[in-house]
Amino acid sequence: MKRANRILTILIFVFLYIPMAVLVVASFNTGKDITEFEGFTFQQYVRLFQDSSLLELLRNSLVVSVLASAAATIFGTVASVGIHSLNPRMRKAAMTLTNIPMTNPDIVTGVSLSLLFVFVGTKMLGQRNSLTFWTLLIAHITFNLPYVILNVMPKLKQMDASLTDAAMDLGCTPVQAFFRVTLYEIMPGIVSGAIMAFTMSLDDFVISYFVSGLDFVTLPVEIYSYTKKPLQPKIYAMFTLLFLLILALMIAMNLIQIYGDKKKTQSRSAGV
Amino acid sequence: MKKNNAVLLSAPYLIWMVVFTLIPLGVVAYYALTDPSTGAFSLGNLANLGMYLPVLWQSIVYSLVSACICLILGYPVAYFIAHCSVRAQKFLYMLVMLPMCMSFLLRTLAWVGLLQDTGIINTLLGKIGIGPLTMIRTPGAVVLGMVYNYLPYMILPLYATIVKIDPRLIEAAEDLGCNGVQVFSRVVLPLSVPGILSGMTMVFVPSVSTFYISQKLGGTDTVLIGDVIERQFKQGNNPNLGAALSLVLMLLVLVCTSILNRFGGDQEEGGVLV
Amino acid sequence: MSKELIRLQDLTMEFDGERILDGINLYFNDHEFLTLLGPSGCGKTTTLRIIGGFLTPTSGKVIFDGKVVNDLPPYQRQVNTVFQRYALFPHLDVYDNVAFGLKVAKVPKDEIRQRVTEILETVSLKGYENRRVDSLSGGQQQRVAIARALVNRPKVLLLDEPLAALDLRLRKDMQNELKRIQQATGITFIYVTHDQEEALSMSDTVVVMDKGRIQQIGRPEDIYNEPKNAFVADFIGESNILDGVMLSDYHVRFFGRVFDCVDKGFAPNESVDVVIRPEDIDIVPQDQGHLVGTVTSITFKGLNYDIIVEFKGFKWLIQTTDYHPVGAVIGIRLNPEDIHIMHKSEYSGMFGDYSSYSAEYDELTEDAGDEEE
Repeated sequence: MKRANRILTILIFVFLYIPMAVLVVASFNTGKDITEFEGFTFQQYVRLFQDSSLLELLRNSLVVSVLASAAATIFGTVASVGIHSLNPRMRKAAMTLTNIPMTNPDIVTGVSLSLLFVFVGTKMLGQRNSLTFWTLLIAHITFNLPYVILNVMPKLKQMDASLTDAAMDLGCTPVQAFFRVTLYEIMPGIVSGAIMAFTMSLDDFVISYFVSGLDFVTLPVEIYSYTKKPLQPKIYAMFTLLFLLILALMIAMNLIQIYGDKKKTQSRSAGV
Repeated sequence: MKKNNAVLLSAPYLIWMVVFTLIPLGVVAYYALTDPSTGAFSLGNLANLGMYLPVLWQSIVYSLVSACICLILGYPVAYFIAHCSVRAQKFLYMLVMLPMCMSFLLRTLAWVGLLQDTGIINTLLGKIGIGPLTMIRTPGAVVLGMVYNYLPYMILPLYATIVKIDPRLIEAAEDLGCNGVQVFSRVVLPLSVPGILSGMTMVFVPSVSTFYISQKLGGTDTVLIGDVIERQFKQGNNPNLGAALSLVLMLLVLVCTSILNRFGGDQEEGGVLV
Repeated sequence: MSKELIRLQDLTMEFDGERILDGINLYFNDHEFLTLLGPSGCGKTTTLRIIGGFLTPTSGKVIFDGKVVNDLPPYQRQVNTVFQRYALFPHLDVYDNVAFGLKVAKVPKDEIRQRVTEILETVSLKGYENRRVDSLSGGQQQRVAIARALVNRPKVLLLDEPLAALDLRLRKDMQNELKRIQQATGITFIYVTHDQEEALSMSDTVVVMDKGRIQQIGRPEDIYNEPKNAFVADFIGESNILDGVMLSDYHVRFFGRVFDCVDKGFAPNESVDVVIRPEDIDIVPQDQGHLVGTVTSITFKGLNYDIIVEFKGFKWLIQTTDYHPVGAVIGIRLNPEDIHIMHKSEYSGMFGDYSSYSAEYDELTEDAGDEEE
């Protein structure tokens, strides 16, 4: 039973990773066709770094995801502290609102935001081109916020409420208490929320596809339009690099978690 | 403590979320109820929905099949991970999560390379003498794409539920005379119901609304509701009809998730009683 | 004489329409060790949090040194708190925890170092400066919490069930330690507990609370010897509480018999509650007793036996060092100073009946008390 389970698990991981392996292998292929490996080369990576338009798309993607996740992290952390001190009924309403973008299909979120921007832009402000960098950024912040909130709220809940009382008892104003005590306690939640928001933002296609205009396009949206034509192999090189980046982020997140757990078990064993 | 100030901190966020999640849904409803050419109030878009019922039905069937396959494949994996050492759990969890963060467009495209008539799988099969199989542009390929893309969304909540099951409950069941199969069917499985339901939801929702998977892996017979919506906005230029369809999709998801939750509530109580 | 430091005037507190405090009037003197004692939900922690500034009372006044401070936030009050589960900052070491308040107040570095070193010596934690707080034992964490509060030289130290999380042995040691620290520093201690023994052994003044009201204020001896009503008599120590009639000064009738007592000042023929402490009752041979009863159960308690004796259908708890088997018929004598008379109160008839007594009963109620807020 246990062995069958292990074999199945291995097979599932193979299933999950084979397509990615195909892409990584294709990035070292001299030929253009993904299905046929003609020879080993780093040429695709060289081409990637010579292709300024592709690099610009990558830059666009990074700009949006860094800005959106940073804004969502700060905004979301502040909001979490506020939501945490709401009365239970209001808190429930706030969490329901937070869950809307999480449970709605992405396509509905994308369509609804694009309709809002077009409606406000063309009908109310009279612009011809209402989908811009800013609408894209707003959309990304909106779907990033729930990830931050849902990571920070549990940490606030877990935190011993008397810690902030203690800080204020020792002379801190509420703001000082937040920066000197609360922030340290909820930091793991903030970091994992920020990383999740960043990766979601970086890889988002569906929502970006509906809310981005012609003058500012992110990488996934452009890849979608590429895939209607034959794909250039340097995209695979980019995929491989992004894979490594995400892998590094994941390992970092993992280490933070392990560190946090160690701290927790220590305090638990000493507290009893 | 002076809570009023802290409460104020949540106000900008609540306003933001109302403006960028609730109001847009209102705008969708507005478009759905207006005529594309005149802009006047109209039920025409809703009247046209009838012809998309088969597509909607097909989307539901494909997504439910995918969700069930994900459950069958994902449960043993989640169970296995939950019973590893803590360190291995962290590592395997990361391995499950990693694909979720990678471009699903390219990963789906890799499946095209694998499945197509002259693709990698057919090349390998050809070497051992099995003739080229038609795999791409079939309903099976679409379901495969859904299972592949959303399997992690099933494994993670299942894992989170199974890992929380108190091992003492299993010992108690064994103590009360259950054998391995009975322990699983009477204790572990009922207690994993919340994870099963949230996994089903998390696979079903993106599957039922996808358009990329069916465009790339499917053929002309496997059009899904997401495709239709995408075409209204990006090719057909009938955003009003698209809005009406989005509304239908949203309601569908809402109904499905609340049925699952209703079902879950009863199940959960039953599970505790067993 | 010691001067008045804090006064609470007609304090009431309501949460969601529920009245937690109901007209508290209380003052605290300088250098005093005062304990708020009561069962869980009696309002003692709420009172403490109002003094600390964490809650604003619904009505009434909190007066510090003659000034009303109802709305003064905690960080502007010259009061420090030792929290129930210590609330030490996990991201700081022992030194930085203790120095926290001084750093916030921007005290010069040299002075911080000197004061922290000094206070750590006072609480016997010299050499622990750089230890992580979560590597300390419960008792050590407790000392850090006390040091962290005391280093700021508050006028008043609030302690919210500070020993509740410690085991019995450590709790006894810390009781002595706290009393010593209070005497050494001369700071007013306001101490909240549900443990009557703790309250009696440490305090100068005990305030017994229940249902959001003060039941009795007094020195520990007075509270124990002269309880004001059935609640206090039952909550502090064990008591047999009987219905009686005060015939005239120094004469009370119960169980159909007139006894001499030391109380006076009641209306003629007023019905009263009569308290008899189980350890005050003398057991004598049957023919010499004021009352004669039958032993129905006996429990060995270490120092003594707890026996339940039935008198005419009413069961008494008696503590004795001699063994009396179940079924034995014994007599008891009551001296006038062993009989305490109380006016009837809302608590009459609720306590002091040992008909359903069992040894576990006490422990159960004590556990329930731990869950206060």
